[in-house]
Amino acid sequence: MTRFLVRRVLGIVPVLLVIVTLVFFMIRLAPGGPFDSERRVSPEIIKNLEAYYNLDAPLHRQYLAYLAQLARGDLGPSFKSAGWSVNELIGLGFPVSLELGFYALLVALSIGLAAGITAARRPNTLQDYAPMSFAMLGICIPNFVLGPLLVLVFSLWLGWLPVAGWEGIEYKILPAITLGASYAAYIARLSRGGMLEILTQDFVRTARAKGLSETRVVFVHALRGGLQPVVSFLGPAAAGLLSGSFVIETVFQVPGLGRLFVQAAFNRDYTMILGTVLFFATLILLFNLLVDVAQAWLDPRLRNQGV
Amino acid sequence: MRSEAQAEKGTSLWQDALHRLMKNRLAVVGACVLATMVALALATPWIVPYAYDAQDLELGASGPSRAHWFGTDRLGRDLLTRVLYGGRISLMVGFAATAVSLLVGVVYGATAGYLGGRTDAVMMRFVDILYALPFTIFVIILMVLFGRNIVLLFVAIGAVQWLTMARIVRGQVMSLKHTDFIDAARVMGFSTSRIILRHLIPNVLGPVIVYTTLTIPNVMLIEAFLSFLGLGVQAPMSSWGVLIKEGADAMEEYPWLLVFPSLALSATLFALNFLGDGLRDALDVRAAKD
Repeated sequence: MTRFLVRRVLGIVPVLLVIVTLVFFMIRLAPGGPFDSERRVSPEIIKNLEAYYNLDAPLHRQYLAYLAQLARGDLGPSFKSAGWSVNELIGLGFPVSLELGFYALLVALSIGLAAGITAARRPNTLQDYAPMSFAMLGICIPNFVLGPLLVLVFSLWLGWLPVAGWEGIEYKILPAITLGASYAAYIARLSRGGMLEILTQDFVRTARAKGLSETRVVFVHALRGGLQPVVSFLGPAAAGLLSGSFVIETVFQVPGLGRLFVQAAFNRDYTMILGTVLFFATLILLFNLLVDVAQAWLDPRLRNQGV
Repeated sequence: MRSEAQAEKGTSLWQDALHRLMKNRLAVVGACVLATMVALALATPWIVPYAYDAQDLELGASGPSRAHWFGTDRLGRDLLTRVLYGGRISLMVGFAATAVSLLVGVVYGATAGYLGGRTDAVMMRFVDILYALPFTIFVIILMVLFGRNIVLLFVAIGAVQWLTMARIVRGQVMSLKHTDFIDAARVMGFSTSRIILRHLIPNVLGPVIVYTTLTIPNVMLIEAFLSFLGLGVQAPMSSWGVLIKEGADAMEEYPWLLVFPSLALSATLFALNFLGDGLRDALDVRAAKD
């Protein structure tokens, strides 16, 4: 297990290196620069700025300098938010996105698992069709439609919840539901499929034959195996919940990382783009690693393969 | 002679699948809705009651009425007309970008799976790396940096979506490659490219069809998402994503501007997903499952 972990963690480094390289050169090859603006700026100022940010060096030098900086854990100064470093900006935005993502994951898991397990207990009856049609709804209504619709109903018509902002708990309900809805739908479908498959297996029949209560059979015996598809989905899901919140954070004006990234991209804030991409990529890779570990724990057969 | 026998067997397999598909009511409804949408999109220029950009400033924004079934926007433009034209773009992006991902994914996956060994390891490692790239971010960067034109949109979305297709096809090819008919083709001295194109790819068609049907709604979602952020389709062109964005901005006063484009997009996504699920069951494909 230790060897498996060490190898996987070390495997992350080359992937990150490729991503940095790809995005770095993609940004530099694109037309337009961070200091283009409608205002006329004197060439001297531009020159000074470029010298300050090391943009006048040859490209490969810039690249190497950036890598050296990265090795020290420094993502560099932001090009657009003067006086702020990328590390500081991410430090401000990430806790907000993390909180939002956490609530959304809670929504997704509680609704999704409840719906999926309910459906799997009585396949091809109303108890199955009703939650599954609902899940299809969750998949087909994109979050940028759901968000405005929820605001329309709960904030503007009923006046129960605030329209936008990020202060008390009442501000977090609508964004969390909006972000979590489609994941709840996927989790419902996956857990239904997983449970259906497990419930037909011999060890479940044995458990039933022993006279165990249905609740015990479902929640103690079947759940651990039935949830495997959900677990492998959780890695990409958690990463998506954290990084897929661009729209949610824009619609609800949440000061998180997603909005920071979109702004950085629009502003051509090179260091900020690179920093956020790298940050997101690391998160995704770590989540995938966690999922592999969790899967090995859930399914003893995988443990010895050391994939 | 050989091809005749093959064709006969192929037909019956496909007829079987079609029969199973027709028994799935949701999938049939999905197929009908989709066919209607496509027909409407193709016929749009001839059936719309108003010109796409015809304004009626005196009328302004008005709710659904007999003259304007879906109502009008702030400039008095007919929303039904705009939704129909938007659908053309949305569907076109959906199909075109999926075609890109289909082509790249199938060829790439089949090649990796067939060649195997070190080539396969390197090729799939590359796919793993791209998987780790936060793809929405990647598309956003592409669109911001290289200008917002529609061809780039196809390429950017297609470039993201081919990965899963490549994995599915590779897995299928790996399991097929040691079957007798492939060995026979090899013994007969056919070239590698011929074996891949003529013998392997036709046999992985089932999962590919299913996954393609499920990719189209994903692509349409990404397009709508990008347009919503202002990065996708640009004025004067318009797509459902653009209309939804405009509707969301004006929903407080004119909720129908949000409701109708959202309905159009959701109905299409519904239809595609139901059809895809139905096809998966009919063709009995497990690999394409999520």
